[in-house]
Amino acid sequence: MNTHPSPTPEVEPIVPAARLDLAEMYRESEIGPLLAELDRDLIGLKPVKNRIREIAAYLLVAKAREKLGLETSTPTLHMAFTGNPGTGKTTVALRMAGILHRLGYVRKGHLVSVTRDDLVGQYIGHTAPKTKEVLKRAMGGVLFIDEAYYLYRPENEKDYGQEAIEILLQVMENQRDDLVVILAGYADRMQTFFSANPGFRSRIAHHIDFPDYEDRELLEIAEVIAANEGYRFDEGAKAALADYVVARRTQPDFANARSIRNAFDRARLRQAIRLFEAGGEVDAEALSTITAAEIRASRVLGGTAP
Amino acid sequence: MRLTQGAFSFLPDLTDQQISAQVEHALGQGWAVSLEFTDDPHPRNTYWEMWGMPMFDLKDAAGVMAELREARKAHPECYIRVNAFDSTRGWETVRLSFIVHRPSVEPGFHLDRIEEKGRFQRYAVRRKSA
Repeated sequence: MNTHPSPTPEVEPIVPAARLDLAEMYRESEIGPLLAELDRDLIGLKPVKNRIREIAAYLLVAKAREKLGLETSTPTLHMAFTGNPGTGKTTVALRMAGILHRLGYVRKGHLVSVTRDDLVGQYIGHTAPKTKEVLKRAMGGVLFIDEAYYLYRPENEKDYGQEAIEILLQVMENQRDDLVVILAGYADRMQTFFSANPGFRSRIAHHIDFPDYEDRELLEIAEVIAANEGYRFDEGAKAALADYVVARRTQPDFANARSIRNAFDRARLRQAIRLFEAGGEVDAEALSTITAAEIRASRVLGGTAP
Repeated sequence: MRLTQGAFSFLPDLTDQQISAQVEHALGQGWAVSLEFTDDPHPRNTYWEMWGMPMFDLKDAAGVMAELREARKAHPECYIRVNAFDSTRGWETVRLSFIVHRPSVEPGFHLDRIEEKGRFQRYAVRRKSA
């Protein structure tokens, strides 16, 4: 009854001398503006941007090869993002979904971001439906697994993570057209994860390493974060922030841009309490300026505030 | 005898590509798609077995099609249908339902005439055994 084979998409006859204009394809895919936006919005991350440019070029060429009948299989697109916390892995994954969508490698271009808890169940028989549910939601888009190494717990052989890994691998292999999986995590732990799960390593085509931000880049990021929220740092605050970045880096749990965002959030609180306690009239200038005092009060710089 | 229930049932069976396009439409409307199967397609049997939970939050038909493949493998001799549920207030009902899989033999139904007191006649639809 349901024996109708799904009709194969019609293959256009290939003229041996057929020519394709790559520049034209590039314009049509509207990938240029997206890459430019990536360049503009993300500070630093030079090696990452270069890799993304390479991947985008490769995919465009693969599309051209496909049109000329040189290539028939979909290129493997699963990726691994490694890098320290706060280096922009999630943000780049979001952009990646957009790029793959523009190039026509994923149909919908949405990003489903999950961690171990979303994939692995609590009891026997819980994991498979849970993982499948997530995979189904991600189909047509990108599945982003943050801190992927938690899926594998070698110390507990009864851990259900292994089951999730097996289902993932199967879908990554068999439904390459339907979704792209991006695994993310800290470099050293991902290394251990991949050596324990060789199946993953062989199914992942692109490994992208996210470097730590330089001090200068973190300052720029701070200003962008503040500007997006309608705040600005005065000259004193900028100098204080430079000291803060240097001091914060030496402390434990330094999380690059995320630490900076948290520092900004706390400075914003201190600014609010300062204005509140000063009382009187305020203008827009006062409401949007963060001064050196707010940054210097941080415990990182020997201040008393948390 | 060919079972005609739900949408498209008087048309030739939909191909997987057509099913996928219908599901894509349903998802585009924001409806939650689910699969159900039964070996008892009696018109009064509205409660078919659920094949897993309704699939909420899907963006793409590929997830439904993967489940459909699984369901066909597990129940090749059952009827399988796709339901699309609209949760919008005021609707809160299945908006689209169609059969996507049929058993190899469709036995059809038998009409029983039941003679009552005073030559009064009642009817019952009974499933023919395959």
